[in-house]
Amino acid sequence: MRIAVRAESAQRERPRFDPETLRGDFPPLCHELRSGVPLVYLDNAATSLKPRAVIEAVQQYYAEYPANVHRGLHALSERATEAYESARETVANWIGAADPAEVVFTRGATEAVNVVARSWGRRFLRGGDEVVATVLEHHSNFVPWLMLAEEHGVVLRLAELTDDGRLDLDSFEEQLSPRTRLVTITGMSNVLGTVPPLEQIVRRSHEAGAVVLIDAAQSVPHEPPDVRALDADFVAFSGHKMCGPTGIGVLCAKREHLEAMPPLFGGGNMVLRVEQTRADWNEVPWKFEAGTPPIAEAIGLGAAVDYLKQFDASALQRHERALTRYAHERLGGIKGLRLLGPQPTDKGPIVSFTVDGLHPHDLAQLVDREGVAVRAGHHCAMPLHERLGIAASARASFYLYNTLEEVDRLAEAIGKAKSIFRLG
Amino acid sequence: MAVDDVLYREEILDHYHASAYRGRIEKPDLSYEADNPFCGDRVRLELKLEPAGRIQHVRFNGQGCAISQAAASMLAEHIEGKSVEDARQFSPDQMLQLLGVRLSATRIKCGLLAWRALQYAIRGNPQAESAA
Repeated sequence: MRIAVRAESAQRERPRFDPETLRGDFPPLCHELRSGVPLVYLDNAATSLKPRAVIEAVQQYYAEYPANVHRGLHALSERATEAYESARETVANWIGAADPAEVVFTRGATEAVNVVARSWGRRFLRGGDEVVATVLEHHSNFVPWLMLAEEHGVVLRLAELTDDGRLDLDSFEEQLSPRTRLVTITGMSNVLGTVPPLEQIVRRSHEAGAVVLIDAAQSVPHEPPDVRALDADFVAFSGHKMCGPTGIGVLCAKREHLEAMPPLFGGGNMVLRVEQTRADWNEVPWKFEAGTPPIAEAIGLGAAVDYLKQFDASALQRHERALTRYAHERLGGIKGLRLLGPQPTDKGPIVSFTVDGLHPHDLAQLVDREGVAVRAGHHCAMPLHERLGIAASARASFYLYNTLEEVDRLAEAIGKAKSIFRLG
Repeated sequence: MAVDDVLYREEILDHYHASAYRGRIEKPDLSYEADNPFCGDRVRLELKLEPAGRIQHVRFNGQGCAISQAAASMLAEHIEGKSVEDARQFSPDQMLQLLGVRLSATRIKCGLLAWRALQYAIRGNPQAESAA
């Protein structure tokens, strides 16, 4: 939208994105990991590094106004309440929510999905109702539905993948039925980087009479959704993968759903009036925020959004795509290395792979010697690994501060690991 | 760094790449397959006993990281010829000593996977029995 005003000049001089100018914002990138070994942080899909602005916002809360929010009439509490609620507004504006009240703070994306399963699911789903997900899902968007299936007889159906790791839309269509009440789908696979066509999924799900939940934990850090345009009923994400603190996440939901859903946790703040035998629930979003919320973390999340907002989103994406493309090129040239998932044009900045004769855990430990942080294992996506026919994989995931040189360092480190393992 | 250098030392890699103990036993007297779903490591241990309760042959098979597979090979080598009672008494600390490397908290499970298979092969897995 920002660009539309000066579309022509923008096209001629597309905003360049230079990671070198911002690496200094992230303390772990400012000094060597070990003597002579700089950190190459490629575990961003697990959690991102945090910029100074976020660390300082959290610190400022604890140092200057560490009071509880809501109902406090003293100066510190008012300042804390204002900062906490203003963080909610910042997040709401960033993702295009209709109203800050549609942004419920949770501990993370996992809790947000569980709130939908436990509150909306238990209220509105009956035995035999169907929930459609995909083989791509992280355990956080899989296990809550398995639990509901076990307890309430809800049927979980999974859309399949194409052989190159994209979502199989025919399979998705086949899962939809008159019994489908909810479609829950990742915005970006945390293993393959696959980005499903969400607009189409939302439209088709609504046509089938289903409500839609997007697990946006991986997609939000790279491309904030326009939730109103997307028209999803629920969007869940975490703060810590997008430069924010751990322990804070968001459930963004259409107000009508939040109004209709029963609260999940009972306690302080989520009630308006409590009598000896009954209680009136607070308004949304507070109805879902029982107890003292993660105040510092919410304020830190607001600071993370402010930090990310200063970059042109499409320039950032071009940068990340360039990293991904280069990683495919460099890693693809390594003998015995198998890249998993779609081509760089069809996915986010996540590159998972296996190396013949080198277990991912050995690989991760060996490249760590070179200062390269990657993740190895099933990445909390066991059904996907089962589908891929492998027990584990290694994963490099990129973010705004990564550079092409770091991709070189990864490729070199893999080469060294192979030679230690006597692999040609 | 020094720890890692030791971690992937020659002996570990030799056991990992070409173990004399990798294989199967036709009709094992004791066997157990242990796995670590978190990393996908799997080790099956098979034991052939002599009538007197001595361990005549040990073979392992499975797949996983170098640590888990080398540990299985070294354990097989170590207990072959010993009594079942000795194998039963073999402690996790002794297993880690046998490996001779210092493992980080996350890798200890890999180092002890074969040991776990051995203990379950000898003692039975109470969890599996109650589940069955």
